[in-house]
Amino acid sequence: MLKIENLTANVGEKAILKGISLSVNPGEVHAIMGPNGSGKSTLAQVIAGHPGYEVTGGTVTYDGQDLLEMDAEVRAQQGIFLAFQYPVEIPGVSNAYFLRAAYNEIRKARGEEEVDPMEFLDIMAKKLKVVEMDEAMLQRSVNAGFSGGEKKRNEILQMAVLEPKLAVLDETDSGLDIDALRIVAEGVNKLKRPDNATIVVTHYQRLLNYIVPDFVHVLAQGRIVRSGGKELALELEEKGYDWLLEPAGASA
Amino acid sequence: MSAHSNYRELFDTAKRGGAKDWLPHLKIAAIEQFEAVGFPTTRDEDWHFTSVTPIAERTFRPARSSGTTLTAEDIARFTYGQEDWHLLVFVNGRYEPALSSFATLDAEVQVMTFGEALKEAPELLAERLGTLAPAQQAFTALNTAFMADGVVIHVPKGVALEAPIHILYVTDAQASGASLHPRTLVIAERSAQATLIETFTTLGGGAYFTNHVAEVVVGDNARVDHYKVQREGAEAFHVGTTQATQGRDSIYHAFTFTTGAQLSRTNVYSKLLGTNAEVRLNGLYSLEEAQHADNQTFVEHIAPACSSREVYKGILDGSSHGVFNGKVYVDPQAQQTDGKQTNHTLLIGDAARVDTKPQLEIFADDVKCTHGATVGRLDELAQFYMKSRGIGAERTRALLTYAFAAEVLELIELEPLKLALEGLLFERFIPPEPV
Ligand SMILES: Nc1ncnc2c1ncn2[C@@H]1O[C@H](COP(=O)(O)OP(=O)(O)O)[C@@H](O)[C@H]1O
Ligand SMILES: [Mg+2]
Repeated sequence: MLKIENLTANVGEKAILKGISLSVNPGEVHAIMGPNGSGKSTLAQVIAGHPGYEVTGGTVTYDGQDLLEMDAEVRAQQGIFLAFQYPVEIPGVSNAYFLRAAYNEIRKARGEEEVDPMEFLDIMAKKLKVVEMDEAMLQRSVNAGFSGGEKKRNEILQMAVLEPKLAVLDETDSGLDIDALRIVAEGVNKLKRPDNATIVVTHYQRLLNYIVPDFVHVLAQGRIVRSGGKELALELEEKGYDWLLEPAGASA
Repeated sequence: MSAHSNYRELFDTAKRGGAKDWLPHLKIAAIEQFEAVGFPTTRDEDWHFTSVTPIAERTFRPARSSGTTLTAEDIARFTYGQEDWHLLVFVNGRYEPALSSFATLDAEVQVMTFGEALKEAPELLAERLGTLAPAQQAFTALNTAFMADGVVIHVPKGVALEAPIHILYVTDAQASGASLHPRTLVIAERSAQATLIETFTTLGGGAYFTNHVAEVVVGDNARVDHYKVQREGAEAFHVGTTQATQGRDSIYHAFTFTTGAQLSRTNVYSKLLGTNAEVRLNGLYSLEEAQHADNQTFVEHIAPACSSREVYKGILDGSSHGVFNGKVYVDPQAQQTDGKQTNHTLLIGDAARVDTKPQLEIFADDVKCTHGATVGRLDELAQFYMKSRGIGAERTRALLTYAFAAEVLELIELEPLKLALEGLLFERFIPPEPV
């Protein structure tokens, strides 16, 4: 489904991703872990098509197509979804309008009929249950004045509505109390299907108690330094990341 | 022959009562004042970014009123769907009773045209008219000299007017080349409350010139909400000055919505005369093509412990030019003044331009006065966020532009008006959905 080969990317002059390779197949859950500043969000944003990151080398293929050639909106229309680490506030645009606009664009791209506001409300009623969110949320501006937890839930609500093929969750667990974490994780699990895949970016193991990964990768200083099964997450929980990092000065 | 001598001539040919009457007196003084000061030029500090040459170089004859053919259906699109508001309709400057409708008024509340007020409340009119508006300013003087009709609203002590009063000024093809000088006087006595909407618009009016003046007395503990919706025709000119005075514990909220006219200048001024008064001056201007709109506010903190808040936002497309000048004066006596002013402009058009100038004169020491201005393009991060949800680039820009404007409309507390103005902007910025 997604094949990343030797990907390098910069912000300005600064190299952040220094050769990432990763393959994700339908039905799989991959966890990407690693210390702060290692490049996890950068990888997530590059997959989603953020124009502020410059890809300097490597390839990314998605369903056989060159992902890097696609604009962000086309990627979304083709089924890629990023739950942002820091969801963006958009005062003045209601959640309901925003979600319906996105939903209809994606349906259009799939060759499906667009839905009107009334039909959409019915659809929303079901989706809201997935993340245990109140209907009143729909009338509020997108993320504006939301608490940290509400923002994260709103990301999962969007994911529930848009039904992506490949979802990338960037630190969706950070800042959540245990109840919110459970709701978010259950939401993700409910949306899981054999033909879609999930990449979970986190630096805590605790989320992986709820969303069980098939593979765990450790990203450090812009490289994947270790990959393994779900037991790798437990090992990291115990030992931290230091044992995987290159000693200072060793990297050129 | 200079433009102002043309107006003198027009003035001299108009019929007027005996020179002993107070009204002709006021008018004669006004035309003399206008002749003395003439039209402002860009050398005047207050007009630095706005040239009124296109107005000054023409002579707009005062609109003649010969009765209208417009019907209630024609104007329905301007009434915000509110049938229980009080509605006063002026067509080409003339009051049209057949198009107007009054919901039942509290017996003591007076809503009158000037004609009626001269009969029913001459003392009130004589005592108050022209005492607030800055008579030394050319456009105010011109309005006073030529005002033909207007509205007087008097809300007595302790009365809260339930339904808003909507004054709708419409022009049609008859107004082309004409000037209109509507005048509004609002007196809200102690603890009174009223909401006023003034809408300026056209049905094919061409190049006419509206020169409006409103005077608003907000008594002690009174509250007035005052909305001005300027949707003049694309060729029209609009100059308007609103001057409020506020007593102790009073509240005055003004909102100015500007999408019309090729050239407009809107002044909203308030004098805080009693302690603990609150003023809110907000506005939105959304311009396109070569439109020019200048908004000036002036808050005079005379009494202590008053608060002023101003939020003006602009969206400038095409080669339009927006100007915002927010003046605040804090008198030496006005301790514990709390003032805040912001102006945010979104430049969409490549050739669009904004000039924003806060102007603070503070003579008291225990005050909190801040101002901030931003000029920018659409937020990149918000654009990416929306695109990452599959929304196309064009729609993303449209939605964010709309959102930028909608945020300031949130400050409108009159819900039906807010919804109507949101609707207008929505239509303006958001491409229709395919059906
Ligand atoms: N927009 C940006 N501008 C400058 N530096 C950035 C930007 N985004 C990321 N970086 C830098 O790139 C590195 C990786 O950041 P990030 O991908 O956010 O890490 P992680 O998500 O693993 O914590 C950090 O050193 C960070 O400071
Ligand atoms: Mg991160």
